[in-house]
Amino acid sequence: MLKQLLVNIGLFMAAAMPAMAQGESSENYVGMAKPWQLNFQEAVTPVMARLDSLHHYLVILITVITVVVMALLLYVCVRFRRSANPVPSKNTHNTLIEIIWTTVPIIILAFIFVPSKRLHYECLHSIGCAEDGVPVEPDMTLKIIGYQWYWNYEYPDQEIVYDSYMKQEENLLPGEPRLLAVDNPIVVPVNANVRLLITGGDVIHDWAMPAFGVKQDAVPGRLNESWFRAEKEGTYYGQCSELCGRLHGFMPIQVEVVSQEEYDAWLEVAANDIEAASQMMAALRGRTTMEVAENEQE
Amino acid sequence: MAHASTADTHHDHTPPFFTRWFCSTNHKDIGTLYIIYAIFAGLLGAAFSIFIRMELQAPGDQFFNGNYQLYNVILTGHAFLMVFFLIMPALIGGFGNWFVPIMIGAPDMAFPRMNNISFWLMVPAMLLLLASVFVGTGEARGVGTGWTVYPPLSVVDANHKGMAVDLAIFSLHIAGMSSILGAINFIVTIFNMRAPGMTLSKMPLFAWAILVTAFLLLLALPVLAGAITMLLTDRNLGTNFFNPAGGGDPVLFQHLFWFFGHPEVYVLIIPAFGIVSEVVSTFSRKPVFGYLGMVGAMCCIGILGFIVWAHHMFAVGLNPDVEAYYMFATMVIAVPTGIKIFSWIATMWGGSLEFKTPMLFAIGFIFLFTVGGVTGVVLANSAIDVPMHDTYYVVAHFHYAMSLGALFGVFCGFYYWISKMSGYQYSEWMGKVHFWIFFIGTNLTFFPQHFLGLAGMPRRIPDYPDVYAGWNYWSSIGSYIAAAGAIWFLIVVAEMFIAKRRVGDNPWGEGAKTIEWQVSSPPPFHTFEKLPVVK
Repeated sequence: MLKQLLVNIGLFMAAAMPAMAQGESSENYVGMAKPWQLNFQEAVTPVMARLDSLHHYLVILITVITVVVMALLLYVCVRFRRSANPVPSKNTHNTLIEIIWTTVPIIILAFIFVPSKRLHYECLHSIGCAEDGVPVEPDMTLKIIGYQWYWNYEYPDQEIVYDSYMKQEENLLPGEPRLLAVDNPIVVPVNANVRLLITGGDVIHDWAMPAFGVKQDAVPGRLNESWFRAEKEGTYYGQCSELCGRLHGFMPIQVEVVSQEEYDAWLEVAANDIEAASQMMAALRGRTTMEVAENEQE
Repeated sequence: MAHASTADTHHDHTPPFFTRWFCSTNHKDIGTLYIIYAIFAGLLGAAFSIFIRMELQAPGDQFFNGNYQLYNVILTGHAFLMVFFLIMPALIGGFGNWFVPIMIGAPDMAFPRMNNISFWLMVPAMLLLLASVFVGTGEARGVGTGWTVYPPLSVVDANHKGMAVDLAIFSLHIAGMSSILGAINFIVTIFNMRAPGMTLSKMPLFAWAILVTAFLLLLALPVLAGAITMLLTDRNLGTNFFNPAGGGDPVLFQHLFWFFGHPEVYVLIIPAFGIVSEVVSTFSRKPVFGYLGMVGAMCCIGILGFIVWAHHMFAVGLNPDVEAYYMFATMVIAVPTGIKIFSWIATMWGGSLEFKTPMLFAIGFIFLFTVGGVTGVVLANSAIDVPMHDTYYVVAHFHYAMSLGALFGVFCGFYYWISKMSGYQYSEWMGKVHFWIFFIGTNLTFFPQHFLGLAGMPRRIPDYPDVYAGWNYWSSIGSYIAAAGAIWFLIVVAEMFIAKRRVGDNPWGEGAKTIEWQVSSPPPFHTFEKLPVVK
């Protein structure tokens, strides 16, 4: 009963915040891959945006290199085929060209290494220096422990701890993707610097969120750190990315990025009943069961 | 041409069947055994890969009926079979044994009996690996840890409590012993048994490739042996090398494994480099361009291969400075690799190119290895690697290097040398059909996997979110085409032995300069009654 009450509180709050409830539910952003996608998922963190642009630059570079090699191969295959060139030349050395094809790749690599190294130091590993070398303070901390085969999440400052399992197919709500939706998602406020502390409880897992540019092994006996700042409200999906046994493919990750008000509301409910809080989130996103939807109409 | 070499019917004194094939000390016979072995393992590994692609053809349970442990076992078996029991036996044990002694003008390998034990160790190694699939109870059978066998998964996981992992470890121990003995044999042979006048700087690039590979094996495999022995004692004797609860470190295993694992991937590709160099030179009717550069590049790749291993571990949480170093060192490998690619093209430049089947595989190798190489440069960036690590992008990358690289090298060598080894020539049109089926099939299989990886699809999962269905479907179709290519290959071989088109000493014409083309096809049981003199 208490649970139902909390759900109703959540629904009421969702309804009472029309700007968010209406505005968001009509166009809830979902961060996941799309059919026939060719590139990265849309970046919603500054880190992933920079990774995306560096990758864009690299794709152009490697495409040019591959096309040049292919063009050279096609040219020699046509130009020097036996019928066109019956007598082979005897040249086996050309110091200049050998120096050129050694140094040009070195120069190209330098043009890759320099921006890549900068990104490596500025963006990853820690909340250290996100913007122009200016350290960014974490707004909140999230502890993540990987188990076979679910995730355990802890908001240490709020003393909220819960497990997050994949939703079985028969429990999916309308709009929830198979193998990605979980019973209890992570909820974080938009534009907050979230520090992640990640470890493994039994074997090695890997907490990965493609749209955030986060992928960090959850290694037993080690505490790894990562971070993100999601700049767009929405629902984001990721999957465990280190082979962890039989159900490795079935321990997905779901993050709800919400406004500060919604986050505060969720915290309040989650402190007592995580299931109710999760149902509240689902309702907020317009993902309701028929039963709850009927309640809403009343 | 067909009658030119009937001279090879001079009376070889070959031992009777059992002695010849089971107690063999003849490098050519042992090479043949290795090639038969590799074909068997390759077909098994290919069948495993088809099972994987059947499962992944569409979302939901397709082939394994929800037995995900079995899926992991098949996935692991596919990797072990292809790496240890197809590519290595084919390139090193098969072509290496057959042609290194002939190319350098040696009467046989330095240690013929050790050569025999090298091969026969491979048999129990494969039997142990195959047995591991059936060991265990219920669904908890087999080794489902991936070929990386990372602890704690390989130690504490409930599905790996049985003996299966132990059997796989013994299998690797034995295969490793075989490779170490083989490596010693090649090193000693190449350093001490070259014919008069065959200096190292005149040695064919294939022999150089095997020499470099032998050093990689000799230095890398003992580290693997140590690591998996510690794993074995962790599993069975209560040690805690890799168990954090007992003060051990799972990441230490990853360091040891990849210290072996990265040189290992060069073990697979460097012999293919050697074959492609020989083939490109032969069918361009030109000597290899920049011979010294090619030798230097191979040595350089071999050395660099030992100091880049942690680029496989960019997600485990290494020190940022360490990662920056590994990013740098890894990128450097692109330079010698580029030298090789450009030197092959320069060898063809100005040549008189003939597109026989081995040449098609060589050109295919050059292009597709370039694709696998540039995606390797992308993955080398520790930052970019974050969204790509353990996704299908990595799978696509290393299959372009291995399946479209090393395996193309195997077929390239097979078509190039089969007439020398058997005395019969394959059917040219059938060989070309094989190339095109295989080229289309493997590209269709692996190119879409780049897109899947970029979109975020993780590796080693038996079912995937529905959004990934499209490219997975085409990838599976591609693998079926490649499988048809494998069956076609068997038909090509069968047709060759049925048609019995005899060939002369040198079917490839003036471009084929190495010594094996100056002896009969097949060469006499003892190739050189008198040592050849290289001028």
